Amino acid sequence: MNIFKKTIISVLASLFIMTNVYADKIKIGTEGAYPPWNSKDASGKLIGFEVELAWTLCRYIGKQCEIVEQDWDGMIPALLMRKFDAIMAGMSITDERLKTINFSQGYADEVAQLAVMKGSDLEGMDTPSGINLSIGGSSVNKALKTIESALAGKTVCVQTATIHQNFLDSGDVGSVNVRTYKTQDEVNLDLTSGRCDVALAAAVAFTDYAEKSGKPVVLVGPTFSGGAFGNGVGVGIRKGGSGAIGERDAQLLKDFNMAINKARKNGDISRIATKWFGFDASM
Amino acid sequence: MELLAFGDTGWGDELFYATLMTIAVSITAMLIGFLFALIFTPLKLSKYKLLNLIGNFYTTVIRGVPELLVIYLFFFGGSGAIMFVASMFGYYEYIEINAFITGSFAIGIISGAYSTEVFRGAIQSIDKGQFEAAKVLGIKKYIQFYKIILPQMLRLAIPNLSNVWQITLKDTSLISVTGLVEIMRQSYIAAGSTRDPLFFYSFAAVLYLLLTFLSMKLINRLEIKYSRGF
Amino acid sequence: MDLELMINSFPKLLNASVITLKLLSLSLFFGLFIGLLFAVMRMSKNFILNKFSYGYSYLFRGTPLLVQIFIIYFGFGQIEFIRDSFLWIILKEPYWCAIIAFALNTGAYTSEILRSAFQTIKKGYIEAGKSLGISSKIIFYKIQIPIAIRQSLPAYGNEIILMLKGTSLASTVTLMDLTGVAKYIISTTFKPIEVFIVAGSIYLFMTFIVHNLIKFLERKYNY
Repeated sequence: MNIFKKTIISVLASLFIMTNVYADKIKIGTEGAYPPWNSKDASGKLIGFEVELAWTLCRYIGKQCEIVEQDWDGMIPALLMRKFDAIMAGMSITDERLKTINFSQGYADEVAQLAVMKGSDLEGMDTPSGINLSIGGSSVNKALKTIESALAGKTVCVQTATIHQNFLDSGDVGSVNVRTYKTQDEVNLDLTSGRCDVALAAAVAFTDYAEKSGKPVVLVGPTFSGGAFGNGVGVGIRKGGSGAIGERDAQLLKDFNMAINKARKNGDISRIATKWFGFDASM
Repeated sequence: MELLAFGDTGWGDELFYATLMTIAVSITAMLIGFLFALIFTPLKLSKYKLLNLIGNFYTTVIRGVPELLVIYLFFFGGSGAIMFVASMFGYYEYIEINAFITGSFAIGIISGAYSTEVFRGAIQSIDKGQFEAAKVLGIKKYIQFYKIILPQMLRLAIPNLSNVWQITLKDTSLISVTGLVEIMRQSYIAAGSTRDPLFFYSFAAVLYLLLTFLSMKLINRLEIKYSRGF
Repeated sequence: MDLELMINSFPKLLNASVITLKLLSLSLFFGLFIGLLFAVMRMSKNFILNKFSYGYSYLFRGTPLLVQIFIIYFGFGQIEFIRDSFLWIILKEPYWCAIIAFALNTGAYTSEILRSAFQTIKKGYIEAGKSLGISSKIIFYKIQIPIAIRQSLPAYGNEIILMLKGTSLASTVTLMDLTGVAKYIISTTFKPIEVFIVAGSIYLFMTFIVHNLIKFLERKYNY
């Protein structure tokens, strides 16, 4: 009877419900649709800055890893329901997200910028080359006013549940006609089709698209940082709760912070960033 | 055409496997749906109000809420529910259900609601006199079910079940949230990567048409087989 | 369960269901005309019209609605001559893309419902009309159509409910319908279950209303 029971349970476990047999394996969730941060090639393989960095960090932590694909709009809910243990998906560290999950220290800087098609009347917007919303001041306020009047009456497109959406919804640039998309790819498509007048995302997402598609996408206005844009991109991890699982999550946070320190010191992050972005976006 | 090349340069092999995945998920979901129908059809036909209520709740809710929401709710809620059940048995570790089972169950729940309605309709349209005749002849209940109700029910149900199959097959296009790479998700990935949505979505449409066409041929054969008189 | 979130999101979701209902009613309106047109074509003796109608219905019933929306929205948006033509005034708007996709889809199902209704009309009615010297035009409008409507009410009621659920896919092309707003709330609160339960209940309420409305009409036209 006992053997019978055991067999059934093990068959069920292998066939249907995979209990976490490899408790030591770290599962990392990524989107696979945000090049050059993370994307998929024609052979269906996940590639990009974060995919390569993830393998490096896992080596430093000394555990096996598995990278799991997850739609962006379900990323944090999927982490919370334990589909994976960590997020590396170009996710910026923001106060809003910190209410729900933890972040490791930042490993890269995401520079956000507006983009338009060549010939748009937004080209040549008169603003400083970069503004930091956390610092503020009169020049930042002036720039925000300039952007507000430039965006008035325009359809501004962003990927859903991003810092870019949060910024446009924050009221810093008045009330904007925002349109949200499931992926950055869709934003890019509708920017070129003309359904979007302007788009906001990581500057590299636009330059990467312009380069690969040959479409005349140009960046306009200042680069954004601070405030709603958060403090760099980090590894998202569940807040350690009580019990064994909570302890494991807390340990994972320490492990990732340690691994990022080592990777930074050894120049791995700079090297991988330069490879994928064309410049050193590490932090 | 090079977009459809097999190997590492094109999307041909990926789309081929995605098509197999769509078929596998659809069939599994349909079977899971039958299991649900097996439970809920008797509830809906039961004499007891409470059982009736449970049966009706299932079919009404599932058929009244968009498939997308049912899938999301199952995907995000299902694993929480399983862990809750496991915790009652003193198991507090991670439990992970693989994407295939999650996807099949999500669609299976929906498919089951439609199958339940089909079976209920089929049973109800069987002449009441037959039950009485069987009773008078002293035929046992389970023999009555297997030898009298089931064969007639199948014959009545097959045309409508083929509709359920079509619904099930098409609903698999909505399970991208579970991460299962079927036709729709693969086309989505390819369209994003190659920036050619028109080609890949049209190709996806062709693949679905092919699947519906072939399965209808197969079902028609079954129908002819079972519609012979007794 | 975050009850507070459920209560707070309820008015926002209720507000968004207005868009859902707008999408539904416009799609059904156009879909009915498309369905009628193709049902008549299908019954025509002209081979080309007949096959065209058959092909249309097969195409739209044999592929998922999601694929149809994506082709119309993302697919057509990439074709330059469409972008340069007058069509772009309509296709530029996600709202109209969704309605076009929904109307074409429900049109295909409606044409099948109407066709089978027309076919079940007893030949006798038409012959009786003819022998009374009523013109075939009047027979069509005064006899065939009313009978067909009554015949097809139950099936059409199901189609309305399927379409209501189908409108949730409008959220995939950026529209802020009931599902779109639900996803938006989740994007800032990260609590999908609570929000989807509220959204689902609103959908359920709407199907309940449609269901009973059709039941009422069925009773009314049952003589």
